[in-house]
Amino acid sequence: MAQPAATVPDETAVQAQTPKKELGPVFKLASGPTKWLDDRIGVAKLGRPFLRKVFPDHWSFLLGEIALYSFIVLILSGIFLTIWFKPSMAEIEYEGTYELLRGIQMSEAYASTLGLSFDIRGGLLLRQMHHWAAAVFVAAMLAHSLRIFFTGAFRKPREINWLIGVAMLTLGLINGFTGYSLPDDLLSGTGLRFVDGLIRSIPIIGTWAEFFVFAGEFPGELIIPRLYMVHILLVPALLLGLIAAHLALVVYHKHTQFAGPGRIEGNVVGYPVFPVYAAKAGGFFLIVFGVLTLMGAMMQINPVWVFGPYNPAEVTAGSQPDWYMGFVEGGIRIMPNWEWHIGSTTWSWNVAIPGLGLMGLFFGLMAIYPFIEAWVTGDKSEHHILDRPRDNPTRTAFGVAAITGYALLMIGGGNDIVATQFDVSLNAVTNFLRVAVFVGPVIAFLVTKRICIGLQRADHDRLIHGAESGVIDRAPSGKYSERHKPIGTGEAFALTQHDDTPALLPMADVDGMSVREIRAEQLRRRATRFFFIDTLRRPTRAELVEAAHHHAHGHDEIGADGEHHAIEAEEEHHLAK
Amino acid sequence: MSDDTGHRPGTEVATVDEERYPIPDPGLEPHIPRLADVDDRAANRATRQVATFFGLVPLLSIGFVVVYFAVPGDVWVDFGPLRANTRNLLLGLTFGLALLFLGVGAVQWARKLMDDEEKIDYRHASASSSDDDNNYMLTELDKVVDESKITRRKIIGRTLLAALATILLPMIVGLADLGPWPTKRRRAETIERTIWAPGVRVVQDVTFEPFKPEDIEIGQLINAEPANLQELHGAEFQIEKAKAAVIVVRMDPNTIKIPPSRQDWQIGGILCYSKICTHVGCPISLWEQQTHHLLCPCHQSTFDLGDSGVVVFGPAKRALPQLPIALDAEGYIIAQRDFNVPVGPSYFERDSRNDYEVGDI
Repeated sequence: MAQPAATVPDETAVQAQTPKKELGPVFKLASGPTKWLDDRIGVAKLGRPFLRKVFPDHWSFLLGEIALYSFIVLILSGIFLTIWFKPSMAEIEYEGTYELLRGIQMSEAYASTLGLSFDIRGGLLLRQMHHWAAAVFVAAMLAHSLRIFFTGAFRKPREINWLIGVAMLTLGLINGFTGYSLPDDLLSGTGLRFVDGLIRSIPIIGTWAEFFVFAGEFPGELIIPRLYMVHILLVPALLLGLIAAHLALVVYHKHTQFAGPGRIEGNVVGYPVFPVYAAKAGGFFLIVFGVLTLMGAMMQINPVWVFGPYNPAEVTAGSQPDWYMGFVEGGIRIMPNWEWHIGSTTWSWNVAIPGLGLMGLFFGLMAIYPFIEAWVTGDKSEHHILDRPRDNPTRTAFGVAAITGYALLMIGGGNDIVATQFDVSLNAVTNFLRVAVFVGPVIAFLVTKRICIGLQRADHDRLIHGAESGVIDRAPSGKYSERHKPIGTGEAFALTQHDDTPALLPMADVDGMSVREIRAEQLRRRATRFFFIDTLRRPTRAELVEAAHHHAHGHDEIGADGEHHAIEAEEEHHLAK
Repeated sequence: MSDDTGHRPGTEVATVDEERYPIPDPGLEPHIPRLADVDDRAANRATRQVATFFGLVPLLSIGFVVVYFAVPGDVWVDFGPLRANTRNLLLGLTFGLALLFLGVGAVQWARKLMDDEEKIDYRHASASSSDDDNNYMLTELDKVVDESKITRRKIIGRTLLAALATILLPMIVGLADLGPWPTKRRRAETIERTIWAPGVRVVQDVTFEPFKPEDIEIGQLINAEPANLQELHGAEFQIEKAKAAVIVVRMDPNTIKIPPSRQDWQIGGILCYSKICTHVGCPISLWEQQTHHLLCPCHQSTFDLGDSGVVVFGPAKRALPQLPIALDAEGYIIAQRDFNVPVGPSYFERDSRNDYEVGDI
């Protein structure tokens, strides 16, 4: 068992003579109130497990923190904005300080947004911080989810937290969009018009949904107050609850860690919450807050006064939604114009499939992936040691394929900008993307998988042959070989920590199984072959000992190759007869 | 206590499983002291850095207050082509840097000066409950059921289920007034009609001036509205404008196709179409004079105004509805009647059999 390294055996003898350490002045000051609290809720007892709780250190673990901190900035800046913003579509004549719009009819929502931007000191700063924080919030959530995905941190026991994360990402998109619509400027009104068309397109219930959401025809006079409620109450409350659950589960399961010497499934190695993480995480919160403030000060975002008030008969070329809606926008733009006219009904697939189906597909696939992988591997054990992306090439390839599809759709969301900036035909860009969104992910999948397997081979070579020294020897016979230096046991340990899941041959012996069981198991085995047939097998202890032995004797010949994963027909599988 | 490789004792006991751990755990790597741990000068330098960062924060906070009260809102600062509001910029710089320095100071303190020896925590063996817990829960839950008497008085359970199921009904039904119900009749009064009517003048959309055919040159496009839109205000104005907006174009009659059924919908090559895209309802505005194509800037659906507004590219399916126009006694352009099909994006109950399609006459 581990012992604190500072504990030197003979220190106890010294300590026996040291008087008990005198408490500092802050402790003395706090002792009264703390005693009062402790008598009521037992703060020492409550705090004891958390004071020195250990968190592992890695840069990629900060992505989720950025999401959390930008959410806090969103709440703080949002509260400030609600003090002056009027969520009303009542029409007034603008009389504020921005001269170019004086005397123009506009909604109170737009007029109060102008007031925040020009008349309230710090109002523009907070408005821009809020908008930047929203963009960063969604980006950080997405980056964090990619980190979780590529390291396999969604595996047992963390599937629930993954689902909570998917829910938060969805809510983040919804809240971003509702916030985008509130100022009632030309751009946000156009966005709402798009939502109206989207809701209408839902087969069978679309018109009803439209009338219920907009309280009648578009745009009506209730949509902004309603979106305001959703934006500042409903979704933030849900997000807060989910964030609390997300963090509670992180604390309960303890954080995952990357493989390394001394780091195993049963422990977690890192720095304690106090003082190191309190300073690092608290400091990082302030850094995120500070950077968002500087962005709000120096980088213009959503200058609503340039767009003018909403006018249903106007729109500007190059209209773009916020970045996180770009993939949906792209789907809408490149979708062929499929629409059914059956009898007196219209089925608007050209809008419903990319508009609603795409988001459903994206978040749906994300949500079920952990369960698909668990079913394929049949693995029921807990995982606290993270994979590196190469450790599961097929998973990584799926992830990169998804990123590729997402990126191509996002390019589609700016197909007009691509066409004008690169001087190509808009129709050509659109037609290319119609094919590329299907072909691109497949190519990305194949290429990524090969790269991962190549990296696995490199690891394998380091384990079996050692590190390349760059020193080439020539034998008297003229044969060349390179000297290899053995790698440290710490690295060797880390390189042998990932799962070694076999690809399974179809079952030969199916006695006593029902047709359904056979079909399910054969399908699962087919899936294991798809996933794992060409990944490298982890060397066994015997092979490593043999390699070390071999190494002690001579050199490796150039071109020595890692063995391929053999198919293992595991007939003794857990299926009951 | 460490072995000869310098590794600290770790988890050798846990890694004897040869198959799972081809290499036994060597234990935590030895702790390597940082420069600041062994060199006082480095430690003092780090201390000065942290104290400087913290020390700048009060200055910046006070600076924020000074800017807030002292800098007027109408002063602008130029950076080449960029122009920024001085007060906004200075408020953000002072506050942002104060936050940033406080954070950087704290992180630097943790990185350079706080003890950086890694510690080990042990995980729960597994999240699963022990058999003892499970048995306790099962036996006690069984008692709970007995004590509630629900098994002996089943009628309570059944009525309770019925009560719980129906108590949601008021909550759901309470939302039925979210909006008016789009029944057939209400649809006909709302999304299926516009304020265009026989004799309503076609007017410019900003000035509300009527115009005559001779005011339009070949190739010109005019954004227009019905004259009676002016009488409306507030939400009603926006709702009607969102449906009634039109574009009037004049094309050379010899270069366009006008089906026989629409010959009297136009005046010598002047045609009037709905401005609202049949895809998701953006107002269409990009006019290609030479090809007679009209492009929607939102999703690039392209309509051929020289061919009854049919779709030539993009995600829209249906042709732009055309408004039949005529001239009034004074020679101004007027509408003959409302559109013959609903304008704007598709919806489920829309009867799309009357829309113009390629080949219709």
